[in-house]
Amino acid sequence: MTELVAALDVDAMISLEHVSKKFSGNIAPAVTDLTLDVPQGEIVVLVGPSGCGKTTILKMINRLIEPSAGTITVAGHDIRDLRPADLRRGIGYVIQQVGLLPHRTIAANIATVPRLLGWDNARIRGRVDELIELVGLDDDMRDRYPSELSGGQRQRVGVARALAADPPVLLMDEPFGAVDPIVRGRLQQELLKIQQTLHKTIVIVTHDIDEAILLGDRIAILEIGGRLAQYATPAEILANPASDFVADFLGEERGLKRLSLIELRMLDIPPGPVVERTDTAATARRTMSDHRTDWVGILDGRRLLGWAWERDLPVSGPIDGVSPREFRATLPSTATLRQAVDAVVRDHNQVAVVIDGDRYVGMLFVDQIAQELQR
Amino acid sequence: MNLDAALLGQSTPLIRWDWIWDHRDDVLDRLLEHLELTVLSVGLGLAVSLVLALIALRLPRTYGVISGLSGILYTIPSLAAFAFLVPVFGFSTTTAVVPLASYTLLILVRSIVEGLRAVPAEVLESADGMGYTRGRRLWTVELPIAMPVIIGGLRVATVTVVGLVTVTALIGLGGLGFFILNGLRRSILFPTEVFLGTVAAIALAAVLDVLLLGVERLLTPWARRQARQVD
Repeated sequence: MTELVAALDVDAMISLEHVSKKFSGNIAPAVTDLTLDVPQGEIVVLVGPSGCGKTTILKMINRLIEPSAGTITVAGHDIRDLRPADLRRGIGYVIQQVGLLPHRTIAANIATVPRLLGWDNARIRGRVDELIELVGLDDDMRDRYPSELSGGQRQRVGVARALAADPPVLLMDEPFGAVDPIVRGRLQQELLKIQQTLHKTIVIVTHDIDEAILLGDRIAILEIGGRLAQYATPAEILANPASDFVADFLGEERGLKRLSLIELRMLDIPPGPVVERTDTAATARRTMSDHRTDWVGILDGRRLLGWAWERDLPVSGPIDGVSPREFRATLPSTATLRQAVDAVVRDHNQVAVVIDGDRYVGMLFVDQIAQELQR
Repeated sequence: MNLDAALLGQSTPLIRWDWIWDHRDDVLDRLLEHLELTVLSVGLGLAVSLVLALIALRLPRTYGVISGLSGILYTIPSLAAFAFLVPVFGFSTTTAVVPLASYTLLILVRSIVEGLRAVPAEVLESADGMGYTRGRRLWTVELPIAMPVIIGGLRVATVTVVGLVTVTALIGLGGLGFFILNGLRRSILFPTEVFLGTVAAIALAAVLDVLLLGVERLLTPWARRQARQVD
């Protein structure tokens, strides 16, 4: 829809003003006087316990549910001024059960909204090709039917279908709720990767606070009755929960969750006890005593070869005869501090080696992680 | 000596194939008439059923009334229905088709309603969310997905109607029923006509059933493919 695209310079892509929803037959409102702006190009996650109205809020944005009071604008347009079908063709929609059309092939499913918009066949074919590649599907899946796909593949098709007409806005209701944790993690990372190039305005509903922290530029935490408990960045929410409700909802591991917001490359990581393989045993022993360790890392230029016990080293002379042992916990600098903790604990190690591609960056010791926790 | 023995003792065979061959033009005419009455009745029944089913789905409270009425229609003996309609429409195709079509309602309304109700809620939600209008969703999403169930009902209705068409011989139509009625009137010693009408009607029912099955296979290739890949 051209109107939506034309108004892209508006700061808040989606804006809810004093929106309430009361379903007939219910005494308590599902959403109570909610005011919320979703900035253009950001991912906002609506999170809260069941019954907090998060799905209702999402469905009010594409008019699957009409608000009882208040105003919703998308790209500056009051959505009541648009025909529901037109509004929805300009907004990508992904749901937990995906809801692929079972009687249409994967290619035809992806082409749904472009067809509704009346694109010509050549344009549709080109767009389907792009999307199949973008979401990481095999090309030989285009002529299959949804029943022939796995849950994860179906969810990918669902995302491709939502992106098909290149809508500025994407609404996702528990998009990764129906797939197993491993596939979910992969799909989450892929969504973030796609978002880096597409910069869509995305609203995601989830009940999983970890997913909210991982995906959200901002998180809106909702209480029962659709009351906004806090709306801020993940770091802000974790550092300063606005209420006991928010703190409870974040759970016991609030500190640990903060670690998942910190990437290792944001830290100043010291090189640790390392020597060149061309160095002598005496140099190696001095490095060990400086760092109070009984082992030493062995470098070959930019690369870290491994490590050796003090007793592995020759009494004197060069150490290039020693065959280095392998480090168990090695992480890329793009990993988070939480992953570093996990690696160290899992492998009964005191240290995680950080690398950037081939290049050795440094060593992260348990006491440094503890310091970061206290910040 | 009983009648069977007398028949067996005759030199003429039980089925007079030469008689059938001599009347082949008649047979073809009656077969086409039978087909025409069947198609008209099932077609009319399907159209009326679709409307009734849509009403029942839009206003769920009417479903009980609609299926109750089609159940009552189903119990009216066809002979009685003809007796009521002959004074209005005479000995016409209309008199034959209206009762026959009404017998299909019970089966067809139910299969259309069940077929459409079985469309998964998430499919409807995602179709709405992508901007389908109500009419387009019905024709291009809901009815195609309900097709296997609807065609299942259509097959039962068609086979039933092929059998019932023979009764319309009593009002001067009847398609292949003409031969059966004639054979009964003529003589018990000449079973060829009864045999011809019966076997041809059964064959027609079987052919139409297989044809509809083929249509279903053609229209719903997706319904038989199974998952063959996991992550």
